Amino acid sequence: MSNEVVLLDFWASMFGMRIRIALAEKGVKYEHREEDLRNKSDLLLKMNPIHKKIPVLIHNGKPVCESLIIVEYIDEVWKDKCPLLPSDPYQRAQARFWADFVDKKVYEVFKGVWLMWAKKGEEHEAAKKEFFEIFKILEGELGDKPYFGGETFGFVDISFITFYSWFHAYETFGKFSIEAECPKIIAWVKRCMQKESVAKTLPDQKKILEYAVQLRKRFGLE
Amino acid sequence: MGEELKLHGAWISPFVYRVIWALKLKGVPYEYIEEDLSNKSPLLLKYNPVHKKVPALVHAGKPICESMIIVEYIEETWPQYPLLPIDPYERAMARFWVKFAEEKGDAVWALFRTSGEEQEKAMKGTLEMLKTIEEHSPDAKKFFGGDKIGIVDIAFGAIGYWLGVVEELLGVALFEAHAFPRLHAWLKNFTEAPKIKENLPGRDELVVFVRSWRAERLLASQN
Repeated sequence: MSNEVVLLDFWASMFGMRIRIALAEKGVKYEHREEDLRNKSDLLLKMNPIHKKIPVLIHNGKPVCESLIIVEYIDEVWKDKCPLLPSDPYQRAQARFWADFVDKKVYEVFKGVWLMWAKKGEEHEAAKKEFFEIFKILEGELGDKPYFGGETFGFVDISFITFYSWFHAYETFGKFSIEAECPKIIAWVKRCMQKESVAKTLPDQKKILEYAVQLRKRFGLE
Repeated sequence: MGEELKLHGAWISPFVYRVIWALKLKGVPYEYIEEDLSNKSPLLLKYNPVHKKVPALVHAGKPICESMIIVEYIEETWPQYPLLPIDPYERAMARFWVKFAEEKGDAVWALFRTSGEEQEKAMKGTLEMLKTIEEHSPDAKKFFGGDKIGIVDIAFGAIGYWLGVVEELLGVALFEAHAFPRLHAWLKNFTEAPKIKENLPGRDELVVFVRSWRAERLLASQN
Protein backbone atom coordinates (compact mmCIF):
# COMPACT_ATOMS: atom_id res chain seq x y z
CA MET A 1 0.00 0.00 0.00
CA SER A 2 1.38 3.37 -0.93
CA ASN A 3 1.44 5.74 1.97
CA GLU A 4 0.88 9.20 0.64
CA VAL A 5 0.42 11.69 3.43
CA VAL A 6 -0.28 15.36 2.82
CA LEU A 7 -0.95 17.94 5.51
CA LEU A 8 -2.80 21.16 4.67
CA ASP A 9 -1.70 23.56 7.36
CA PHE A 10 -1.06 27.12 8.45
CA TRP A 11 2.19 27.88 10.26
CA ALA A 12 0.63 29.82 13.15
CA SER A 13 -2.27 27.47 13.82
CA MET A 14 -2.08 25.67 17.15
CA PHE A 15 -4.41 23.07 15.65
CA GLY A 16 -2.13 22.37 12.69
CA MET A 17 0.85 22.11 15.03
CA ARG A 18 -0.85 19.22 16.83
CA ILE A 19 -0.73 17.19 13.61
CA ARG A 20 2.89 17.97 12.91
CA ILE A 21 3.84 16.85 16.41
CA ALA A 22 1.81 13.63 16.09
CA LEU A 23 3.34 12.79 12.70
CA ALA A 24 6.84 13.53 14.02
CA GLU A 25 6.27 11.31 17.06
CA LYS A 26 5.29 8.47 14.74
CA GLY A 27 8.11 9.14 12.29
CA VAL A 28 5.69 9.51 9.37
CA LYS A 29 6.97 11.17 6.22
CA TYR A 30 4.55 13.64 4.71
CA GLU A 31 4.19 16.55 2.34
CA HIS A 32 3.50 19.80 4.14
CA ARG A 33 1.42 22.36 2.27
CA GLU A 34 1.08 25.84 3.65
CA GLU A 35 -2.31 27.47 3.08
CA ASP A 36 -3.00 31.16 2.74
CA LEU A 37 -6.07 31.48 4.93
CA ARG A 38 -7.18 34.57 3.07
CA ASN A 39 -6.99 32.70 -0.24
CA LYS A 40 -7.75 29.06 0.44
CA SER A 41 -6.65 26.52 -2.17
CA ASP A 42 -9.12 24.56 -4.26
CA LEU A 43 -7.67 21.45 -2.68
CA LEU A 44 -8.54 22.64 0.83
CA LEU A 45 -12.06 23.60 -0.19
CA LYS A 46 -12.51 20.21 -1.83
CA MET A 47 -11.03 18.24 1.06
CA ASN A 48 -12.89 20.12 3.80
CA PRO A 49 -16.03 21.44 2.13
CA ILE A 50 -18.02 21.68 5.35
CA HIS A 51 -15.66 23.72 7.52
CA LYS A 52 -13.11 24.91 4.93
CA LYS A 53 -10.46 24.88 7.65
CA ILE A 54 -7.00 23.58 8.29
CA PRO A 55 -5.58 21.23 9.38
CA VAL A 56 -6.59 18.55 6.92
CA LEU A 57 -4.68 15.30 6.67
CA ILE A 58 -4.95 13.69 3.26
CA HIS A 59 -4.00 10.01 3.46
CA ASN A 60 -3.85 8.20 0.14
CA GLY A 61 -6.19 10.84 -1.27
CA LYS A 62 -8.76 10.65 1.52
CA PRO A 63 -9.22 13.66 3.82
CA VAL A 64 -9.44 13.58 7.61
CA CYS A 65 -10.52 16.82 9.30
CA GLU A 66 -10.62 18.25 12.85
CA SER A 67 -7.27 18.20 14.64
CA LEU A 68 -8.00 15.86 17.56
CA ILE A 69 -9.81 13.44 15.25
CA ILE A 70 -6.75 13.51 12.97
CA VAL A 71 -4.46 12.75 15.93
CA GLU A 72 -6.62 9.76 16.91
CA TYR A 73 -6.57 8.61 13.28
CA ILE A 74 -2.77 8.87 13.15
CA ASP A 75 -2.57 6.90 16.39
CA GLU A 76 -4.79 4.14 14.97
CA VAL A 77 -3.11 3.87 11.58
CA TRP A 78 0.51 4.04 12.76
CA LYS A 79 -0.20 1.98 15.81
CA ASP A 80 3.08 0.11 16.09
CA LYS A 81 5.09 3.07 17.26
CA CYS A 82 4.78 5.55 20.08
CA PRO A 83 1.15 5.27 21.26
CA LEU A 84 -0.39 8.70 21.74
CA LEU A 85 -3.48 7.50 23.60
CA PRO A 86 -3.43 5.10 26.55
CA SER A 87 -4.62 1.54 25.97
CA ASP A 88 -6.94 1.37 28.99
CA PRO A 89 -10.51 2.55 28.13
CA TYR A 90 -10.87 4.58 31.33
CA GLN A 91 -7.54 6.37 30.76
CA ARG A 92 -8.54 6.97 27.16
CA ALA A 93 -11.81 8.55 28.29
CA GLN A 94 -9.87 10.82 30.65
CA ALA A 95 -7.46 11.78 27.85
CA ARG A 96 -10.36 12.61 25.53
CA PHE A 97 -12.08 14.59 28.28
CA TRP A 98 -9.05 16.80 28.92
CA ALA A 99 -8.21 17.29 25.25
CA ASP A 100 -11.86 18.30 24.76
CA PHE A 101 -11.50 20.69 27.72
CA VAL A 102 -8.47 22.29 26.05
CA ASP A 103 -10.40 22.62 22.79
CA LYS A 104 -13.42 24.18 24.42
CA LYS A 105 -12.03 26.20 27.31
CA VAL A 106 -8.46 27.14 26.46
CA TYR A 107 -9.40 28.29 23.00
CA GLU A 108 -12.29 30.27 24.47
CA VAL A 109 -10.15 32.15 26.99
CA PHE A 110 -7.51 32.76 24.34
CA LYS A 111 -10.22 34.42 22.28
CA GLY A 112 -11.19 36.36 25.38
CA VAL A 113 -7.65 37.70 25.67
CA TRP A 114 -7.75 38.66 22.02
CA LEU A 115 -10.67 40.91 22.74
CA MET A 116 -9.01 41.92 26.00
CA TRP A 117 -6.73 44.17 24.03
CA ALA A 118 -9.66 46.43 23.36
CA LYS A 119 -10.95 46.21 26.91
CA LYS A 120 -10.07 48.35 29.86
CA GLY A 121 -10.35 48.19 33.61
CA GLU A 122 -12.99 45.81 34.95
CA GLU A 123 -13.53 43.94 31.70
CA HIS A 124 -9.80 43.40 31.31
CA GLU A 125 -9.58 42.06 34.85
CA ALA A 126 -12.56 39.76 34.28
CA ALA A 127 -11.04 38.30 31.10
CA LYS A 128 -7.71 37.82 32.88
CA LYS A 129 -9.47 36.08 35.80
CA GLU A 130 -11.27 33.69 33.45
CA PHE A 131 -8.02 32.95 31.61
CA PHE A 132 -6.25 31.93 34.80
CA GLU A 133 -9.22 29.97 36.14
CA ILE A 134 -8.90 27.66 33.16
CA PHE A 135 -5.13 27.45 33.40
CA LYS A 136 -5.35 26.66 37.12
CA ILE A 137 -7.78 23.81 36.41
CA LEU A 138 -5.27 22.38 33.94
CA GLU A 139 -2.45 22.87 36.41
CA GLY A 140 -4.52 20.95 38.97
CA GLU A 141 -5.06 18.12 36.52
CA LEU A 142 -1.35 17.98 35.70
CA GLY A 143 -0.48 17.79 39.39
CA ASP A 144 2.94 16.33 39.97
CA LYS A 145 2.94 14.20 36.85
CA PRO A 146 5.66 14.92 34.28
CA TYR A 147 3.03 14.96 31.52
CA PHE A 148 -0.75 15.11 31.41
CA GLY A 149 -0.62 11.53 30.19
CA GLY A 150 1.48 10.47 33.17
CA GLU A 151 5.01 9.24 32.55
CA THR A 152 4.81 9.66 28.80
CA PHE A 153 3.94 12.51 26.47
CA GLY A 154 0.55 11.88 24.92
CA PHE A 155 -2.79 13.06 23.58
CA VAL A 156 -3.57 15.77 26.13
CA ASP A 157 0.01 17.10 26.04
CA ILE A 158 -0.20 17.34 22.24
CA SER A 159 -3.56 19.12 22.43
CA PHE A 160 -2.29 21.79 24.85
CA ILE A 161 1.44 22.30 24.16
CA THR A 162 0.73 23.95 20.82
CA PHE A 163 -0.90 26.89 22.60
CA TYR A 164 2.53 27.61 24.12
CA SER A 165 3.65 29.21 20.87
CA TRP A 166 1.03 31.89 21.49
CA PHE A 167 1.82 32.47 25.20
CA HIS A 168 4.22 35.35 24.57
CA ALA A 169 1.66 37.13 22.37
CA TYR A 170 -1.08 36.73 24.97
CA GLU A 171 1.17 37.77 27.84
CA THR A 172 2.17 40.89 25.92
CA PHE A 173 -1.36 41.95 25.12
CA GLY A 174 -2.98 40.74 28.30
CA LYS A 175 -0.20 42.28 30.38
CA PHE A 176 0.31 39.25 32.57
CA SER A 177 2.83 36.48 33.20
CA ILE A 178 1.69 32.88 32.86
CA GLU A 179 4.79 31.63 34.68
CA ALA A 180 4.03 33.81 37.69
CA GLU A 181 0.50 32.42 38.04
CA CYS A 182 1.02 28.86 36.82
CA PRO A 183 4.64 27.78 37.32
CA LYS A 184 3.82 24.07 36.96
CA ILE A 185 2.42 24.67 33.49
CA ILE A 186 5.63 26.40 32.45
CA ALA A 187 7.70 23.58 33.96
CA TRP A 188 5.63 21.15 31.90
CA VAL A 189 6.13 23.32 28.82
CA LYS A 190 9.90 23.21 29.26
CA ARG A 191 9.77 19.43 29.61
CA CYS A 192 7.74 19.12 26.39
CA MET A 193 10.06 21.50 24.54
CA GLN A 194 12.89 19.05 25.17
CA LYS A 195 11.17 16.65 22.81
CA GLU A 196 12.36 17.01 19.24
CA SER A 197 8.87 16.64 17.79
CA VAL A 198 7.68 19.63 19.83
CA ALA A 199 10.77 21.84 19.55
CA LYS A 200 10.92 21.43 15.78
CA THR A 201 7.20 22.03 15.30
CA LEU A 202 6.45 25.07 17.43
CA PRO A 203 7.18 28.34 15.68
CA ASP A 204 9.19 31.08 17.33
CA GLN A 205 7.08 33.01 19.84
CA LYS A 206 8.35 36.35 18.55
CA LYS A 207 7.17 35.48 15.04
CA ILE A 208 3.77 34.63 16.47
CA LEU A 209 3.71 37.98 18.30
CA GLU A 210 4.50 39.80 15.07
CA TYR A 211 1.75 37.91 13.31
CA ALA A 212 -0.68 38.63 16.16
CA VAL A 213 0.11 42.35 15.92
CA GLN A 214 -0.59 42.23 12.18
CA LEU A 215 -3.90 40.45 12.79
CA ARG A 216 -4.82 42.98 15.40
CA LYS A 217 -4.23 45.80 12.94
CA ARG A 218 -6.17 43.96 10.27
CA PHE A 219 -9.16 43.58 12.56
CA GLY A 220 -8.94 47.21 13.59
CA LEU A 221 -8.04 46.46 17.16
CA GLU A 222 -5.02 48.73 17.27
CA MET B 1 -17.88 -7.19 33.94
CA GLY B 2 -19.64 -7.45 37.29
CA GLU B 3 -18.62 -4.01 38.43
CA GLU B 4 -21.08 -1.39 39.54
CA LEU B 5 -22.34 0.89 36.80
CA LYS B 6 -24.30 4.02 37.64
CA LEU B 7 -25.62 6.77 35.42
CA HIS B 8 -26.36 10.18 36.89
CA GLY B 9 -28.88 11.82 34.61
CA ALA B 10 -31.93 13.99 34.16
CA TRP B 11 -35.02 12.83 32.22
CA ILE B 12 -35.13 16.03 30.20
CA SER B 13 -31.55 15.82 28.99
CA PRO B 14 -30.79 14.79 25.40
CA PHE B 15 -27.17 14.21 26.42
CA VAL B 16 -28.20 11.68 29.06
CA TYR B 17 -30.30 9.80 26.51
CA ARG B 18 -27.30 9.32 24.25
CA VAL B 19 -25.68 7.34 27.05
CA ILE B 20 -28.88 5.42 27.79
CA TRP B 21 -29.20 4.41 24.13
CA ALA B 22 -25.62 3.14 24.01
CA LEU B 23 -26.13 1.07 27.17
CA LYS B 24 -29.49 -0.30 26.02
CA LEU B 25 -28.24 -1.22 22.54
CA LYS B 26 -25.38 -3.13 24.13
CA GLY B 27 -27.61 -4.69 26.76
CA VAL B 28 -25.47 -3.40 29.61
CA PRO B 29 -27.29 -3.20 32.97
CA TYR B 30 -26.88 -0.05 35.05
CA GLU B 31 -28.42 1.85 37.92
CA TYR B 32 -30.00 5.17 36.98
CA ILE B 33 -29.92 8.10 39.38
CA GLU B 34 -32.18 11.05 38.58
CA GLU B 35 -30.59 14.39 39.39
CA ASP B 36 -32.50 17.55 40.20
CA LEU B 37 -30.62 20.00 38.00
CA SER B 38 -31.70 22.92 40.17
CA ASN B 39 -30.23 21.16 43.21
CA LYS B 40 -27.37 18.94 42.07
CA SER B 41 -26.30 16.16 44.39
CA PRO B 42 -22.92 16.30 46.15
CA LEU B 43 -22.11 13.02 44.37
CA LEU B 44 -22.64 14.57 40.94
CA LEU B 45 -20.46 17.54 41.85
CA LYS B 46 -17.82 15.11 43.07
CA TYR B 47 -17.98 13.06 39.85
CA ASN B 48 -18.04 16.03 37.49
CA PRO B 49 -16.25 18.87 39.27
CA VAL B 50 -15.15 20.54 36.05
CA HIS B 51 -18.50 20.91 34.26
CA LYS B 52 -20.95 19.94 37.03
CA LYS B 53 -23.31 18.45 34.47
CA VAL B 54 -25.21 15.31 33.63
CA PRO B 55 -24.60 12.74 32.28
CA ALA B 56 -21.91 11.29 34.49
CA LEU B 57 -21.30 7.56 34.15
CA VAL B 58 -19.64 5.96 37.15
CA HIS B 59 -18.03 2.58 36.57
CA ALA B 60 -16.66 0.81 39.65
CA GLY B 61 -16.53 4.20 41.35
CA LYS B 62 -14.68 5.95 38.52
CA PRO B 63 -16.49 8.76 36.70
CA ILE B 64 -16.59 9.46 32.98
CA CYS B 65 -18.13 12.72 31.72
CA GLU B 66 -19.27 14.34 28.44
CA SER B 67 -21.92 12.34 26.61
CA MET B 68 -20.03 11.30 23.47
CA ILE B 69 -16.84 10.57 25.43
CA ILE B 70 -18.97 8.33 27.65
CA VAL B 71 -20.40 6.61 24.55
CA GLU B 72 -16.86 5.93 23.24
CA TYR B 73 -15.94 4.54 26.67
CA ILE B 74 -18.98 2.24 26.60
CA GLU B 75 -18.01 1.17 23.08
CA GLU B 76 -14.47 0.27 24.17
CA THR B 77 -15.55 -1.49 27.35
CA TRP B 78 -18.49 -3.54 26.03
CA PRO B 79 -17.73 -4.73 22.48
CA GLN B 80 -21.14 -6.28 21.69
CA TYR B 81 -23.31 -4.30 19.23
CA PRO B 82 -20.37 -2.21 17.93
CA LEU B 83 -21.21 1.47 17.50
CA LEU B 84 -18.05 2.37 15.58
CA PRO B 85 -16.63 0.82 12.40
CA ILE B 86 -13.35 -1.09 12.51
CA ASP B 87 -11.55 0.77 9.71
CA PRO B 88 -9.61 3.82 11.00
CA TYR B 89 -10.78 6.05 8.14
CA GLU B 90 -14.44 5.14 8.69
CA ARG B 91 -13.94 5.76 12.40
CA ALA B 92 -12.48 9.21 11.67
CA MET B 93 -15.50 10.00 9.48
CA ALA B 94 -17.90 8.88 12.23
CA ARG B 95 -16.05 11.00 14.78
CA PHE B 96 -16.17 13.97 12.38
CA TRP B 97 -19.96 13.79 12.27
CA VAL B 98 -20.18 13.32 16.03
CA LYS B 99 -18.13 16.50 16.48
CA PHE B 100 -20.30 18.29 13.93
CA ALA B 101 -23.38 17.29 15.92
CA GLU B 102 -21.76 18.56 19.12
CA GLU B 103 -20.82 21.94 17.67
CA LYS B 104 -23.81 22.67 15.48
CA GLY B 105 -26.31 21.07 17.84
CA ASP B 106 -25.74 24.08 20.09
CA ALA B 107 -28.08 26.03 17.83
CA VAL B 108 -30.91 23.63 18.69
CA TRP B 109 -30.25 23.87 22.44
CA ALA B 110 -30.18 27.65 22.08
CA LEU B 111 -33.73 27.53 20.70
CA PHE B 112 -34.87 26.28 24.10
CA ARG B 113 -33.10 29.02 26.02
CA THR B 114 -33.52 32.11 23.86
CA SER B 115 -36.08 34.45 22.44
CA GLY B 116 -36.20 37.38 20.01
CA GLU B 117 -33.11 38.07 17.92
CA GLU B 118 -31.00 35.42 19.61
CA GLN B 119 -33.63 32.83 18.85
CA GLU B 120 -33.81 33.94 15.21
CA LYS B 121 -30.07 33.38 15.01
CA ALA B 122 -30.46 29.94 16.56
CA MET B 123 -33.17 29.05 14.04
CA LYS B 124 -30.87 30.05 11.21
CA GLY B 125 -28.07 27.95 12.73
CA THR B 126 -30.41 24.99 13.06
CA LEU B 127 -31.49 25.18 9.43
CA GLU B 128 -27.87 25.46 8.25
CA MET B 129 -26.95 22.41 10.28
CA LEU B 130 -29.85 20.38 8.89
CA LYS B 131 -29.00 21.45 5.35
CA THR B 132 -25.36 20.38 5.70
CA ILE B 133 -26.24 16.97 7.10
CA GLU B 134 -28.93 16.43 4.45
CA GLU B 135 -26.46 17.28 1.69
CA HIS B 136 -23.39 15.51 2.98
CA SER B 137 -24.67 12.50 4.84
CA PRO B 138 -23.90 9.07 3.40
CA ASP B 139 -26.24 7.53 0.86
CA ALA B 140 -29.56 5.83 1.39
CA LYS B 141 -28.92 3.54 4.32
CA LYS B 142 -31.30 2.93 7.16
CA PHE B 143 -29.02 4.58 9.70
CA PHE B 144 -25.83 6.66 9.61
CA GLY B 145 -24.19 3.52 10.98
CA GLY B 146 -25.49 1.46 8.03
CA ASP B 147 -27.95 -1.32 8.77
CA LYS B 148 -27.48 -0.89 12.46
CA ILE B 149 -27.52 2.12 14.72
CA GLY B 150 -24.07 3.63 15.20
CA ILE B 151 -22.40 6.40 17.12
CA VAL B 152 -23.42 9.09 14.62
CA ASP B 153 -27.10 8.07 14.92
CA ILE B 154 -26.81 8.37 18.68
CA ALA B 155 -25.25 11.84 18.43
CA PHE B 156 -27.84 13.14 15.96
CA GLY B 157 -30.76 11.22 17.42
CA ALA B 158 -30.76 13.40 20.52
CA ILE B 159 -30.78 16.53 18.39
CA GLY B 160 -33.50 15.20 16.07
CA TYR B 161 -35.92 14.13 18.79
CA TRP B 162 -35.48 17.27 20.90
CA LEU B 163 -35.85 19.42 17.81
CA GLY B 164 -39.37 18.00 17.51
CA VAL B 165 -40.03 19.17 21.06
CA VAL B 166 -38.87 22.72 20.43
CA GLU B 167 -40.84 22.91 17.18
CA GLU B 168 -44.00 22.05 19.06
CA LEU B 169 -43.10 24.46 21.85
CA LEU B 170 -42.48 27.38 19.53
CA GLY B 171 -45.13 26.45 16.98
CA VAL B 172 -42.59 26.51 14.15
CA ALA B 173 -41.74 23.97 11.51
CA LEU B 174 -37.98 23.91 11.03
CA PHE B 175 -37.38 20.29 10.20
CA GLU B 176 -39.78 19.88 7.30
CA ALA B 177 -40.03 16.60 5.40
CA HIS B 178 -40.06 18.22 1.97
CA ALA B 179 -36.88 20.20 2.75
CA PHE B 180 -35.02 17.37 4.46
CA PRO B 181 -36.35 14.09 3.04
CA ARG B 182 -33.33 11.92 3.88
CA LEU B 183 -33.06 13.21 7.41
CA HIS B 184 -36.78 12.78 7.97
CA ALA B 185 -36.64 9.17 6.84
CA TRP B 186 -33.61 8.62 9.04
CA LEU B 187 -35.23 10.10 12.17
CA LYS B 188 -38.27 7.90 11.65
CA ASN B 189 -36.04 4.81 11.40
CA PHE B 190 -34.15 5.86 14.48
CA THR B 191 -37.07 6.68 16.77
CA GLU B 192 -38.91 3.52 15.71
CA ALA B 193 -35.96 1.20 16.35
CA PRO B 194 -37.04 -0.98 19.31
CA LYS B 195 -34.27 -0.13 21.78
CA ILE B 196 -34.69 3.57 21.04
CA LYS B 197 -38.48 3.66 21.00
CA GLU B 198 -38.60 2.10 24.46
CA ASN B 199 -36.13 4.71 25.71
CA LEU B 200 -37.45 8.10 24.74
CA PRO B 201 -38.90 10.67 27.14
CA GLY B 202 -42.52 11.61 26.44
CA ARG B 203 -42.73 14.47 23.98
CA ASP B 204 -45.77 16.03 25.64
CA GLU B 205 -44.14 15.88 29.06
CA LEU B 206 -41.02 17.51 27.66
CA VAL B 207 -43.04 20.30 26.04
CA VAL B 208 -44.86 20.97 29.30
CA PHE B 209 -41.61 21.01 31.23
CA VAL B 210 -39.78 23.31 28.83
CA ARG B 211 -42.73 25.67 28.63
CA SER B 212 -42.77 26.19 32.39
CA TRP B 213 -38.96 26.34 32.53
CA ARG B 214 -38.91 29.11 29.93
CA ALA B 215 -41.65 31.03 31.77
CA GLU B 216 -39.65 30.80 35.01
CA ARG B 217 -36.52 32.05 33.30
CA LEU B 218 -38.36 34.96 31.74
CA LEU B 219 -39.78 35.92 35.12
CA ALA B 220 -36.36 35.65 36.75
CA SER B 221 -34.74 37.81 34.08
CA GLN B 222 -37.37 40.50 34.53
CA ASN B 223 -36.78 40.81 38.28
